[in-house]
Amino acid sequence: MNIHEHQAKALLATYGLPIAKGVAIFSASEAEAAARSLPGPLYVVKSQIHAGGRGKGKFRELPPDAKGGVRLAKSIDDVAANAREMLGHTLVTKQTGPNGKQVNRLYIEDGADIARELYCSLLVDRETGKVSFVVSTEGGMDIEAVAHDTPEKIVSLAVAPSTGVTTGDVEKLADALKLEGPARTDAGLVFPALYRAFVEKDMSLLEVNPLIVMENGHLRVLDAKVSFDNNAMFRHPELAGLRDLTEEDEKEIEASRFDLAYVALDGNIGCMVNGAGLAMATMDIIKLYGEEPANFLDVGGGASKEKVTAAFKIITADPAVKGILVNIFGGIMRCDVIAEGVIAAVREVGLKVPLVVRLEGTRVKEGKAILDASGLDVISADDLDDAAQKIVAAIKGRG
Amino acid sequence: MSILVNKDTRVLVQGLTGKTGTFHTEQALAYYGTRMVGGTHPKKGGETWTSGVDGTALPIFASVAEGQAATGANASVIYVPPAGAAEAIIEAIEAEIPLIVCITEGVPVLDMVRVKARLEKSKSRLIGPNCPGVLTPEECKIGIMPGNIFSKGSVGIVSRSGTLTYEAVFQTTNAGLGQTTAVGIGGDPVKGTEFIDVLEMFLGDEATKSIIMIGEIGGSAEEDAAQFLIDEAKRGRSKPMAGFIAGLTAPKGRTMGHAGAVISGGKGGAEDKIAAMEAAGIKVSRSPARIGVTLADVLKD
Repeated sequence: MNIHEHQAKALLATYGLPIAKGVAIFSASEAEAAARSLPGPLYVVKSQIHAGGRGKGKFRELPPDAKGGVRLAKSIDDVAANAREMLGHTLVTKQTGPNGKQVNRLYIEDGADIARELYCSLLVDRETGKVSFVVSTEGGMDIEAVAHDTPEKIVSLAVAPSTGVTTGDVEKLADALKLEGPARTDAGLVFPALYRAFVEKDMSLLEVNPLIVMENGHLRVLDAKVSFDNNAMFRHPELAGLRDLTEEDEKEIEASRFDLAYVALDGNIGCMVNGAGLAMATMDIIKLYGEEPANFLDVGGGASKEKVTAAFKIITADPAVKGILVNIFGGIMRCDVIAEGVIAAVREVGLKVPLVVRLEGTRVKEGKAILDASGLDVISADDLDDAAQKIVAAIKGRG
Repeated sequence: MSILVNKDTRVLVQGLTGKTGTFHTEQALAYYGTRMVGGTHPKKGGETWTSGVDGTALPIFASVAEGQAATGANASVIYVPPAGAAEAIIEAIEAEIPLIVCITEGVPVLDMVRVKARLEKSKSRLIGPNCPGVLTPEECKIGIMPGNIFSKGSVGIVSRSGTLTYEAVFQTTNAGLGQTTAVGIGGDPVKGTEFIDVLEMFLGDEATKSIIMIGEIGGSAEEDAAQFLIDEAKRGRSKPMAGFIAGLTAPKGRTMGHAGAVISGGKGGAEDKIAAMEAAGIKVSRSPARIGVTLADVLKD
């Protein structure tokens, strides 16, 4: 689960991290009061969307020479004027895709005098199996570009789970970032606090880009991006309220209600598969035969008939879907349950596009018999290759 | 021969009394009499579990240590829910169970960071979590793989994906090759056993004449495995291999079902993995339906 910058900062502030004063607003009428509550005279007006590259992003509704998604304002009136221009409009950045994202909230923040911009993130390093800091003196820019062009400017440090961040770790990180004076003293608080927040809140990514050294020599968290481990949300009821459904695809929200792993894609063949690997492989084989998948959908190991029905309805509700491929290799998943779920869904919502079903594994005979007896117009396939060819042919047949 | 499990493997079930544990224990008992020796439940020690299929009775112990002492178990399989899975693994590590297989999907990754640190100084090997288990045909089935698609043979199979493991098993059965052992290492980013560990075992197993390796997007375990195979080949150890990588069409930055299946920071893409595997001499099938045929072709050459 991803959260907004202002939410991430509020959370990090509870760990004692140095963060500027700021107020989140949802309508332009709140802008003036928000700005008045800050010290001034410099303000930053920041679009709150779940995507990076906001500063260099462009609003689709505004002229091309209009400013981006993060703006400096030098007066309260200036804050209000910018808020009016930004709220409700669509911000297109490097990470949003061409459709962009509507800006529904802004974060008005106290401005800072920046001396240096640094990069600091925490993540779980799958190679070492440990939580790692990744830091660089090259902050405030696209870290992937830094990693590509000047990998020597990126330093990683794995934290031992038994000790947490040691004073030795702090020294190494401070050296890597060339911190001196007050910033070096601050580091003794900042790095352990970031680690504590990461571990206690089950984050999967905590990125501070930039972490700044201010003109007064102190550190400040200028931007913050936080993602949580979905698998750990059961032990964090306090975080549930931070989810912003307007940032998510409607079909993905519906799928998450049924605990289905679903990712919306741009193609036109809807897929329902059991198992994540096989679901990806099914997408791949559709592409191999010249078409594009409309989605990734893993119904999971022990799905009920109701879950299968819900999955099928989500797929058919997508107007881009011109054909459906159901691919099941039942281990725990029983083919008869799949067949019953598909039939129940078709009875409810109808079937306007070709449907190819490939069943294999547990109770395959029973599953095929149920489909045959249903009288539905189902194209049966013997294996994955056959299934992919048949659904691609069926779509092409319809021109 | 085989790797990891055989007819002498004695399996304790952590989470036997639940619905999942019960179903798969019944299936395991029905698979060539896999030696299931008991189960654990902290509050049901002393009770007995009875199979609903054939009435087989197994003792339930209050702890893994107690169960191990009483039964001589040398493996455990874990079916407990995600919130308790890490503690279950750690309990098995502390009881010095040599092989721990964790089927549970959805274990918080930071729990696995803790488990991994505990594993380092231990006498145990962990397979998983979020994996289908390990199966040696006609001898031992630990986990949730469907036994009926296996046949005894010469191919070692290692995979990050459950259902793609089944594809590879089924296809090698249909190609008349059969399997020595199939190992599902699991789809999580932090796990007990990596490709390299299993490949090392397959290279050392005489009965294994060829190997199938199935990877997916995310991380660099496939690239690491490819480098390992190149290094081993220089020492004269190599076996014919075929492979597959899932996720060629997966968009960047999205987690595709498996917690570990995500392309991030420009790393973990399918093309790089395929290139690395091919450089190590693995014939990588572009179609998931042709993994078995691809291996058969390699063996003909």
